[in-house]
This record gives sequence, C-alpha cells and structure tokens, in this order.
Amino acid sequence: MDKVQIRFRSDTPSTAPIVSFADIAGESNAAAVRIEPGDDARALIPYLGQLALVEISFPAFRDGRGYSAARIVREAGFAGELRATGDVLVDQVPLMRRCGFDSFAPRVPLDEAVVAVSLARYDHVYQAAADEAVPVWKLRHG
Amino acid sequence: MYQYDKFDQSIVDARVEEFRDQVKRRLAGEITEDQFKPLRLMNGLYLQLHAYMLRVAIPYGTMDSRQMRMLAHIARKYDRDYGHFTTRQNIQYNWIKLDETPDLLAELATVEMHAIQTSGNCIRNISSDQYAGAAADEVADPRPWAELLRQWSTFHPEFSYLPRKFKIAVIAADEDRAAMRLHDIGIQLVKRDGVLGAKFFVGGGMGRTPMIAPEIRDFVPAEDLLSYTEACLRVYNRYGRRDNMYKARIKILVHELGAAEYKRQVEEEFIHVKTLGIDPPVAELDRISAFFAPPAFEAGLSDTVDRSDPDFAVWLDQNVKPHKQGGYAIVNISLKPIGGIPGDASSAQIDVMADLAERYSFDELRVTHAQNIVLPHVAKRDLYAVWQALDAAELASPNLDLISDIIACPGLDYCSLANARSIPVAQKIATRFASLERQRDLGELKLKISGCINACGHHHAGHIGILGVDKKGVENYQLTLGGSGAEDVSIGKITGPGFDEDGIVDAVEKAVEKYRELRADGERFVDTYRRVGMEPFKEAIYG
Repeated sequence: MDKVQIRFRSDTPSTAPIVSFADIAGESNAAAVRIEPGDDARALIPYLGQLALVEISFPAFRDGRGYSAARIVREAGFAGELRATGDVLVDQVPLMRRCGFDSFAPRVPLDEAVVAVSLARYDHVYQAAADEAVPVWKLRHG
Repeated sequence: MYQYDKFDQSIVDARVEEFRDQVKRRLAGEITEDQFKPLRLMNGLYLQLHAYMLRVAIPYGTMDSRQMRMLAHIARKYDRDYGHFTTRQNIQYNWIKLDETPDLLAELATVEMHAIQTSGNCIRNISSDQYAGAAADEVADPRPWAELLRQWSTFHPEFSYLPRKFKIAVIAADEDRAAMRLHDIGIQLVKRDGVLGAKFFVGGGMGRTPMIAPEIRDFVPAEDLLSYTEACLRVYNRYGRRDNMYKARIKILVHELGAAEYKRQVEEEFIHVKTLGIDPPVAELDRISAFFAPPAFEAGLSDTVDRSDPDFAVWLDQNVKPHKQGGYAIVNISLKPIGGIPGDASSAQIDVMADLAERYSFDELRVTHAQNIVLPHVAKRDLYAVWQALDAAELASPNLDLISDIIACPGLDYCSLANARSIPVAQKIATRFASLERQRDLGELKLKISGCINACGHHHAGHIGILGVDKKGVENYQLTLGGSGAEDVSIGKITGPGFDEDGIVDAVEKAVEKYRELRADGERFVDTYRRVGMEPFKEAIYG
C-alpha cells in the first residue's frame, strides 16, 4: 500500500483497517474504504456516515474515473479524508484538490516544492467544483 | 468579439508559466516522456514525424486582426513562415522547437490567445458556425454560448483525464455549417416560446466508427447549460470505455447503451448536478453576449455591385455569400489554390488577410472547418477592392464548395499516425479538375481526404471521401460516396477495393463523370448518388 505523503487536514488520520468496496456492505463497523476505478462511488453514499476515510485508487494516471468518484463523494456531504493513491502525478494534484481530495499517497513520492508551486499558480478558476475556490463568474457578478 | 478581463488574462498567463515549468522539468529529466505527453498534449503540442507540432486555439474560429497578425509573427519567428488552418477552426505549426514553446505561448497570451486543450483527452476548443453574427438564418449568435462553454471547460478539474478527446460544436441555424452532429456534443440553439435554448445531440463523431449524434434533449434553457453539459460529461467520464482506445469516444458509449438509456442516465445526473450551484447567473451570458453585439453597420448602403470585371464576377458568385445586413456580404477566402496544400497560408498571406479584416470587415476574421478564412462583414461597395488585394496575394481562388475546395489532413507528410499521404492526392485531384468551368459545371461537391482511419480529413462526411490506408507497406486509397457534414448529415459508403495514388484520381473522375451523365436538373453530386444509389457509380469506377 502506498504511504500518505501529503495531507491537507489537521485531524488525526484514521487508523481503521481499509476495507474494499465489495466488503463494505458486510462490514458494519468499517470506517475506511478503498474504491477502484470501476466501482460505483454512488453505492458508497449510504455508508458515508460511518466512514472517516475514502481512498480512491488510480492504478494508471490516465484513468480519470476517480475524479468523478471524488466529486460524487464530496457532493454527498462526506467531510472525512478523501485520499488519492497510486499513479498520482504532481501536475494532477491541483485538479484533484479541486475535486475534493485532501490527502495523497502516491506510488512515487512527489516533489513537495513543485506541488506547492503548482497549487499556488492559478489565482482564479472558471468553474465551481468541490473546493472552496470561487469561480470567476461569481467574482464578476457578486 | 470577446475580450479578456483581468480574470481571463490571469488564467492564461498562469498557464504559460505552468507550461514553462513543465517543459523545464521535462528537459531536466525530472518527468518522463510518458508523463510529459498528456501535459504537452493538453497544451496542443504533438510530437510528429519530423518535429513538434503546436496547435493554437482559435475559439469558435473567431479572431481579430491583431490576433491574426500574431499568427503570422509566430509563423515567421518560430516556424518556417507558414501555418496550417485546421478542420477544428484552429491553426497548427509543424516545425516547433520544444524549448521555444514557452516563449511562443507568452507571445500568444499578449493577444489573448493560447493553446489550451487543443489536444489531449479533454474538452477541446469549442467550434461554431463561421457565419455567426452575419448569417440571416441564425436564431441568435451562437458564440456567446460557445464562450460560456469555453470558460467552463478550461481546466475543468473533473474532465481533464477523460477516456478520449471530446469535441463540442455550437450552431444556431438549421443550415449546419459546422458538422455539428459529427461532434461528441452538438448543440443547436433554438427558440421555444420566444426563449433561446440549446438542443443537445450527443455521441457523434468520425474516426474508425463514424456515428451521427442522436438528439438527447430538445431544449436546455440557458440557466441549465453548464449543469446539463456537466451531466453529459460525468456519465461519459464514469462509464466511457477505457479498455480500448478505439472504443473510448462517447459515441461508442451512447451506441452501446442506446440513446434512450444514455439520456436517462444524463437526466438523472442532471437533477443532482443542478443542485450544486455550478451554473452562472444569466447575467454572465448577457455580459458575454454584449461583446458579440453587431458591429456599427452603415445603413442604406447599396446592394449593387459592378460586375464588369469577369474574374471578379466569378469570385463574387462563388465565394461571396449573403449577409443579414443590407449592403453587406460575407467573403470567403479560399486557402485551396490549385496545386496548393489545403489550409496552408504563408505569414505574408496571413498579414494580408489581417489587414483586409481591419480595413473592411470590422476587424473580424473567421476560420472555417473546411480550412478557409472568412471576412464576415464586408460592405458590398468594398468587394472589388477586397478581391483585388486577395488576388494580388494569391488568395482569390474562386472555388468555395467546388471539387477543388478539398479538406485534407496533413497525412504522412507530417503526421506520425498517418498511413498514407493526403496532400499529394489533394493536389493531384485539384490539378485534374483545374478548369474552373468544369468545376462550376459540377457544382457543390465536397471532397475530403484523410490519411488514416482517425478521419481528421472528414472523409466520412465527404460527398466524395478518400481514406488512405497502408496495404502491405504500400499507400492505398479507398473511395467513399454519399457522406455529408451539413444539415443533410450522412456517412459515406465505400465503393469497393482501393486504388493507388494515380488510380484514386482516375476513380474520382469516373464517379464525377457518371454523375454528369445521370444528374437531373439542379441535383448536386450527393443528390444524384442518393437517388440512384451506389451501383451505377461502382460500374463506372470498376467496370
């Protein structure tokens, strides 16, 4: 399992064992789950209340299903830790942050200085997403 | 024309710096070519056979003279003094050096231009009707809606790693001048009870499996445009195929699910997405629309044009189209001289077109998906002067929509994906039919050539289409008949076995002569084909 390298949360990380998406229904006490690209993030919604951690796996950086999964989980009100793990590249971190990810466990460690610069680069965004960034249309029209 | 405010400019400037940093890390070996590839592709930079190719975005094909002059400057400074206008209304440069691209992009940014999302598996540059704002048949100018979508799709955090590329076109007339239903999403603006809305067609495309997009929703109100588009994309991002890149476009998903089931899923997603507050207020569309207000047309201008110069009269009849404003006309500049490379223009020619736009067309130019340029608003009294200047720059080919107005991809002369050359075939066909009299007798005949199955040259949508394939190491050309990218959209059918380079030119001529023999009054090539079917053409070609 890939180690958490960057975490944008101040709470204590969950130490609960991470169960697979397939097992969540049978594990009534599970507090952490891992989903793969083919899993339906919406099926997690009934369990979000009991979860402290949702880990979304990126087996290959080109497979972008996890971005939608992250937004679906956040849109359902999940406030716990949302972790991207696997083939996560430094240039993807800003997009992932916007989709609601707040921790990163990349297979290959990221250059944290580059991550910091990338995250600070854009002063404005065009669209509303799962983060706090205010889209420019809102700045234009108040 | 849309003008950037400080927000737009800051985003484009930041993009230049981001790419500068990515190039630096690549050149320093900090990222692999495999990791760099999607980053450079999302900025329009391809590695071709001989060099990098950079594709610069021309949103919905509209630009002003300042931007057009910048394109000429880029051609002179960073390339070999020419550029190639594409079927996506963009321009591409074929001889770019990687280490110079950050500076090139910085220069583009000074005139509100960029290369954002002109390639890669993301939402590409939004295309539109080249006659927008000038055509009498539009219900509204489609460009404000295209601009709204451009902004929404720029660096969309959820849709930057889609299964495959994603192309959106927006039109606002029943006559389709943008091949709208051959896009991943085709939008036609329509009016219902006096209110403007968007009719959505989803799942069209060319490539190896051409599909005509089915209608998914007959009316999406302006205030739901982004939510609805987001729902369409989310269903695709979650369920589009990722196991096989040739089956990854949304057309395959829509086809495999069926349009009704895809629509059901989109509508369900839309109900949810609509609650998220991602739609800007209608005031934002109004703000954008104000930039596209009609220019200050002069009232009461004469519609009379002196036709005494016969060469001018031919060009007038072929390349000049009616304008919604009395006394004005739409001028099409053909980039298809006989024997030339379709879509290419030298920096000097680009400058000439910029000058003419500034002086005679309210500072506006358009790029068409047929790889030509449009001066959208020219007073009829100025047409002769415009023609003279174009003629002097070898830009007055009077062949719009005729057989020599060929769409062709760059093919094996440039492209690493190609199986066969496209450009020499286009040149040979145009040369075979060089006689203008003969071309005009044949009438509207859209001939389109692709150098591989990816169909960048739109061959499926050609009245006559040519597809280059590799047959045991030899270039071979298949012929298709009966396609159309217009409102009578259809996919062409293969005639039979393919031909070599000279054979395909002969085959085209045989098909064309058969049409002349069979045509009824007023029938175009494609009309005759649809009436009589493939057989007579097959006999003429292979018999």
